[in-house]
Amino acid sequence: MSWQKSLSSTIGRKIMMSLSGILLILFLAGHVSGNMTLLMGKADAFNMYAHFMSTNPLVQVVANVFKLFFLAHIVYAIILTAQNKKARGGQAYKVTNKDGSQVSKYMGVLGSVIAVFLVVHLAQYWAVMHELRGEISTTTIDGVEMKDLYSVVAVSYANPMIVAAYVISMFVLAFHLWHGFASAFQTLGLNNKRYTPIIAFLGKAYSIIVPVLFGAIPVVMFLNS
Amino acid sequence: MAGKTINIKLKIWRQAGENKPGKFESYEVNDVSVDMSFLEMLDVLNENELKKGSDPIHFDHDCREGICGMCSLYINGKPHGPKHGITTCQLHMRTFSDGETIVVEPWRASAFPVLKDLVVDRTSFDRIMQAGGYVTVSTGGVPDANEIAIPKTVADEAMDAAQCIGCGACVAACKNASAMLFTSAKVSQLALLPQGGAERKRRALAMVEQHDAEGFGACTNTGACEAVCPKEISITHIARLNREFTRASFSGNETDYQN
Amino acid sequence: MSLESKIPAGPLAEKWEKHKFNVKLVNPANKRKFNIIVVGTGLAGASAAATLAELGYNVDAFCFQDSPRRAHSIAAQGGINAAKNYQNDGDSVFRLFYDTIKGGDYRSREANVHRLAEVSTEIIDQCVAQGVPFARDYGGLLDNRSFGGAQVSRTFYARGQTGQQLLLGAYSALTKMVNTGKVKMHTRKEMLDVVTIDGAAKGIVTRDLVTGKVESHAGHAVLLCTGGYGNVFFLSTNAMASNGSAAWRAYKKGAKFANPCFTQIHPTCIPVHGDYQSKLTLMSESLRNDGRVWVPKDKKHAKITAAEAVKLPESERDYYLERRYPSFGNLVPRDVASRNAKMVCDEGRGVGVTGLAVFLDFADAIKRDGQKTIEAKYGNLFDMYKQITADNPYEVPMMIYPAVHYTMGGLWVDYNLSTNVPGLYALGEANFSDHGANRLGASALMQGLADGYFVIPYTIGDYIATLPLGQAVDKSNPAFAEAEKAAQARIDKLLNIKGNQTPDDIHKKLGHIMWEYCGMSRNKEGLEKARGMIQELRKEFNKDLKVIGANEELNMTLEKALRLEDFLELGELMVIDAHNRSESCGGHFREESQTEEGEALRQDEEFSYVAAWGYEGEGKDPSLTKEDLVFENVKLTQRSYK
Repeated sequence: MSWQKSLSSTIGRKIMMSLSGILLILFLAGHVSGNMTLLMGKADAFNMYAHFMSTNPLVQVVANVFKLFFLAHIVYAIILTAQNKKARGGQAYKVTNKDGSQVSKYMGVLGSVIAVFLVVHLAQYWAVMHELRGEISTTTIDGVEMKDLYSVVAVSYANPMIVAAYVISMFVLAFHLWHGFASAFQTLGLNNKRYTPIIAFLGKAYSIIVPVLFGAIPVVMFLNS
Repeated sequence: MAGKTINIKLKIWRQAGENKPGKFESYEVNDVSVDMSFLEMLDVLNENELKKGSDPIHFDHDCREGICGMCSLYINGKPHGPKHGITTCQLHMRTFSDGETIVVEPWRASAFPVLKDLVVDRTSFDRIMQAGGYVTVSTGGVPDANEIAIPKTVADEAMDAAQCIGCGACVAACKNASAMLFTSAKVSQLALLPQGGAERKRRALAMVEQHDAEGFGACTNTGACEAVCPKEISITHIARLNREFTRASFSGNETDYQN
Repeated sequence: MSLESKIPAGPLAEKWEKHKFNVKLVNPANKRKFNIIVVGTGLAGASAAATLAELGYNVDAFCFQDSPRRAHSIAAQGGINAAKNYQNDGDSVFRLFYDTIKGGDYRSREANVHRLAEVSTEIIDQCVAQGVPFARDYGGLLDNRSFGGAQVSRTFYARGQTGQQLLLGAYSALTKMVNTGKVKMHTRKEMLDVVTIDGAAKGIVTRDLVTGKVESHAGHAVLLCTGGYGNVFFLSTNAMASNGSAAWRAYKKGAKFANPCFTQIHPTCIPVHGDYQSKLTLMSESLRNDGRVWVPKDKKHAKITAAEAVKLPESERDYYLERRYPSFGNLVPRDVASRNAKMVCDEGRGVGVTGLAVFLDFADAIKRDGQKTIEAKYGNLFDMYKQITADNPYEVPMMIYPAVHYTMGGLWVDYNLSTNVPGLYALGEANFSDHGANRLGASALMQGLADGYFVIPYTIGDYIATLPLGQAVDKSNPAFAEAEKAAQARIDKLLNIKGNQTPDDIHKKLGHIMWEYCGMSRNKEGLEKARGMIQELRKEFNKDLKVIGANEELNMTLEKALRLEDFLELGELMVIDAHNRSESCGGHFREESQTEEGEALRQDEEFSYVAAWGYEGEGKDPSLTKEDLVFENVKLTQRSYK
C-alpha cells in the first residue's frame, strides 16, 4: 500500500488528526505563554511580544505551518465525521449507549465551537493587527514604532459579554483537550502500560491549566479595567 | 422451579427482512423465573407467539455458553445487556426488576445489515479475516511446537487478544460503528507471536483496507467497545494495530504487499 | 453385506506409515480438476477444507451458522491431548493409544486409535505454527496439565478456551484458502440431503437459511464433518442448532450408522432448573480434583438447598464416590460418576428443588488450601457458576448433575474415513471410529483435527485417483433434481401440517423419552417401551406440528422442525441399538449386565463388535452388520476403580 493510500484509510486519517492535534497543543502552549505578558500589567511587554510575533520572519514561517495544521485538523475532522456517520447507518438506536468517554462523543461539536471562536478571535485581533479590519493606533517603545494591540485587547476585555464568551470558549477548549490530548497518543499507537498513565495525567493537567490561563486573561483584565 | 418470578414488558425491533421497514412491537411476559437466561425468556415468549399463530422473534444464538459469538442483542442501550464481561446468553433475568420495560434492538451499523428482526449479517467480519487474519502456513512441514520459546507474558497477552469471539458488540456500541477492536484483536495476537511476524506488515495493511471497504467507521478512542466487549479486550490492542499500520505504511521494504 | 474396514496389515505401529505409502496419489496438477464438498466447519471440517485446498483441490465448504468460526467445537474447554512427552513423565504414542482404547472400554479399532495417537504430536506443531496461543510456562515452552484421569500430563490448553483457540486456528487456515479462491465458503446454508449417482456420493442439497432457496451442489466427494447428535435429548451441552441431520440423511442414502447408542453423559453440569431450560452448561471436569461429591444420607434431607447443606452435619452426609471407590474417589471416569449420581437421585436422596442434583463441595479444599489457591485454580468456573445460579460456590456447595455431552456413535467409516457409500466421508464426532463406548477428556479436539489435517488429505486420494480425470460431475443428472424436489417436498409437508404443537414441544417429549429410557442406564423393557413411544411421537409430529411462516424467508421454526424430524428417527435407531447391545460398556449401561457391585459388565465374547445399522426403507427394521473388533496389542480387562 502506498503511503498516500495509507493516509486515506481510517487509521491514516486519524493519524493526521492526531499529528495536527499534537502540534496544535504545542501551539497553544506557545500562545498562552506569550499572552501571559498581558497580565504583567504593562502594555509595553505585550506590544513588544506582538510586534515580534508579527515581524520576525522565522515566526512567519512557523505561523503559516500552523495554519496548515489547523486546516488539516478541520478538514480531516469533517471527512471523518461524514465517514463515521455513514458507517453508523440510517437507523438510530432507540436507547443509546452510555459507555466510554463521554467527551469523546462530542469532539465534533466542541471542535466546531472552537472553530467559530477561532474566526471571531482572529477577526477581533489578528485582522486588526494586520490592518484588515478596524483601526489600530501605534506606540513607540525603545525608539521602535509598533502597533498598540494592547489597547485593542484592553478595550474588548472591558466588555463583560466578550469576557463571558471567552471564558465559555475556554471551557469548550478544555473539554476538547481533555479527550484529545491522550487520544492523540493512542492513535499514534503510543499506548503502553508504563507510560499511558503518565500521558493521561499530563493530558488532563494540560487541558485544565492552559484554558484556565487563557480564561484568566480576560477576567483579570476586566476586573482591572 | 418455584423460585422468584417477575413480570416484564418488552419493546422489540421487528423487521421482516433486509431493506424492509421495521418497527418496535410491545410484548409482555409474565411469571418469568429470575433463574432464566435472557434468551430463555425470549424462547418462552416465542413459544407463546408461535402458539398464537404469530411469527416468532428471530434472533441469532447457538452455544448459549458465551463462546460462539452468535448471540447479539442491544438491550436497554447496551450490547449484551447491562452487565460487564458476558454475552446475552449469559445474562440472567435476575438482572432486571419486576415491571421493568426492556428495549431490545439489533446491532446497528451499515456493515451489519439486518436480515430479520434481531438477526444481522456479520459476514463483513469474515471478509476482514480473509484479508489477512492468518499465518500463511500449510498443513505439515512445520517446526516442533517447542522450537521457539515465547515468553509467558507475551503468550498471555496474545491470548487476551485471541479471546475475541467476533460477536460485533464493539461495532454495535461504537458511535462510529468502527470495527477497530475486532480487527486489532487479530492483528495484535499475530503481531505479538513470532509465528505471525513474517506477515505483520501485509496483514495490518490488508485488514485495515478491508475494514474500511466494508464501511466501518474510524476509531475515536471513545472506549465504548472495550466497555461492552464480553471478553474484555482492551483498546491497547487498537494502539498496537495503529503502530503496526503506521510502521507498515511508512517504513521501507514494503515489497511483501502489493495491491 | 460385510463391511470392509481396510485396516492395513502389519504391526500396529507401522500400519499408518505403510498405508500412507500404499494409498494412491493424485498428481498435484490433477487435483485442481476435482471438487470436494465439506459440510460443517468445526475442527474437522475447517481443517479438512483448508488442507485439501492447500493440496490443490477445489473445495466448497458449508455451514449453517453465519460464520464458520461459530461451529460448536469452539465450546470445548479443557484441552487437547498429544503424546509429546514434553513433561518427561513417561508418555508415549503407545500409552496414549492404550489409554484411549481402554477408556473407550475396548469398543474401538486398534488401528484407528493408534493412528490418532501418532498424529497427535503433529497437531500441536501445526497449531503453534498457526499462532494458537497455548499456555506456556515461565521458560517460554508449552505447558501441560493432566486431564480426565490420565496419569501423565499430556494435555495442551489455552486457558479454559482450548476449543475456541484451536477452532480459530483452523478457521484462519480456512479463511486463508478462501482468500486464495480455492475454498468457496457457503454460510447460513444447511444440508438437507446427499445426492448419490450409481451408489456414489456426488453432491448435496442445501437450504439457504435466509432466502429459503433449495439448491444442489456437485462434487467428486462429500465430507460430512457435522458433529454429534446429542441434541436428540433436547437438553445437552451441545449448541442449540447442533443436529444429526447430515449424518441421518447419509444413512437414509445407504451409509451405515455405527453404535448409535454410545452417548457420553458428562457428570459435572449445572442441573436443570425449569421447563423453559434450553441447554445445559458444562462445568469443567477438573473441578472434581478438589471438590467432594455428596448427598444426604437420609431421604428426609433430600431436596435441601445449597444454603441448608452447609448446616448439615458431616455425620448426615454420604460422600458416595469416596465410599464406593476408595482408590479413585471423586476422580472416577465420567460414565461411573454420572451413573452414581443418577443412582443416588433415584434412591430419593437428590438435592435442590428438583431433587435431581448432587453437591460438589469445596469447603474442605478451601479449608485445606485457602480460598486464594482455589480461586487461582477455578476462579473463572466459580464465577460462571455464580453467574448462572446466583449461588456463591466459595460459601455453599455447587449443585451438579450429569448431562448429555458427546456421541461416540456416528457414521460407520473404514480406515480411510470413508463410509460404505463411495465418495462419502465422515470426520470428527460425525463418525464412530476412535472413542469406542466412552471418550476420554481432551481427545475430541484431537480427533477432529487429526481427521481433518492429517488423515483425510492422504486417504481421499485413494478414492479420487480412481475417478476419471477431467470429468466434472454432471449436474444435469436427474439425481440432483430429484433430491432437490424431495427436499422441497419435505419442507412443504412440514409447513402444511398446521397442527398445534411447536417443534420444541415435541422435541422436549422426545428428550424425555430418550433421557428416561436410553440415558444413563437402560434395560430391555424400557427400551422396548421407548421404541413404541418414539413411533407414536413421530405420528404426533406428522399430524400435529405447528410451523409458521413460509420457506422463502429466515424461518427458525422450520429449521427446528426439519432437524427434529430426523432426530425422531435417529432416536429410534439409538433405542434399537441399545436394545441389541445387551452388555454394558463405557457410557452404555444395561441394567441386565452388571457386576455384583453394580458396575458395568462387558460381554466380550458376544459383543466385541461394531454394530453398523443400515437403512432398509420406511417403516422397516434396520439391518445390522457386525464388524468384529480384533485386539492384537492390548489385553481386554474389566475396568475397576475400586
